[in-house]
Amino acid sequence: MAMSDLERAVWSPLGSCARSLAAPVYSQAQDLQTMCHHGPRARGQGKMTPYTDYFAQRSYPMPEEPFCTELSAEQRALKEKEKGSWTQLSHAEKVALYRLQYHETFAEMNRRSSEWKTVVGCVFFFIGFTALLLWWQRVYVFPEKPVTLTDEWKARQLQRILDMKGNPVQGLASRWDYEKKEWRK
Amino acid sequence: MASSALTKPQMWGLLATHLRFHIIGAFTVALGVAALYKFGVAEPRKKAYADFYRNYDSMKDFEEMRRAGIFQSAK
Repeated sequence: MAMSDLERAVWSPLGSCARSLAAPVYSQAQDLQTMCHHGPRARGQGKMTPYTDYFAQRSYPMPEEPFCTELSAEQRALKEKEKGSWTQLSHAEKVALYRLQYHETFAEMNRRSSEWKTVVGCVFFFIGFTALLLWWQRVYVFPEKPVTLTDEWKARQLQRILDMKGNPVQGLASRWDYEKKEWRK
Repeated sequence: MASSALTKPQMWGLLATHLRFHIIGAFTVALGVAALYKFGVAEPRKKAYADFYRNYDSMKDFEEMRRAGIFQSAK
């Protein structure tokens, strides 16, 4: 791929970082721990974690506040280094900066879960429970069938429709064989 | 970790790409559905009606119905 030096400088670190962040990686360097203290904010004194102001979703990916607000000495030093040229940062430092800024990578945020199995199971369970209720209703609540729904009446009704040749082209009477007096196969 | 970079994603013209893909797709799907309907439903129906009425004797049909006893005005 023909890329200028500038493009390569922009895209290749991003590529290498993205690949390392695709699986959750916690930094190897001892002094850049990603143990994050995202405690209550200054204006929300007394709020308990995890109710912070950090809010990120796939549809809202760039939160206003960084994830870690209380930085250790090494992390503050790293933020100072971030103000310089980014080509000076090592790979582990870039990952640590990412972890300071964001709670999860896109890969972690979008990971699959087995929640759908629970949902489907509960749906089926409650459908089954409803079936039991409907069965009880059928036995103890429903009144007698009207005369028009008895089998004898329905047979006479069908015979009358066939006598009238109802829908003889493609419908009901077309399926009845008038010579043999039976349904066509 | 300095191996090859990721492929560069499309940076502009996203709406145009989206529209082109979906307009072509919509035309194809619409024409396909119309063709299926014509040859699956409309043509067989026209044939069924033509076959039914080719040798249709309405007086014979009427007599059969009258004998079955469904009419009130003709017994």
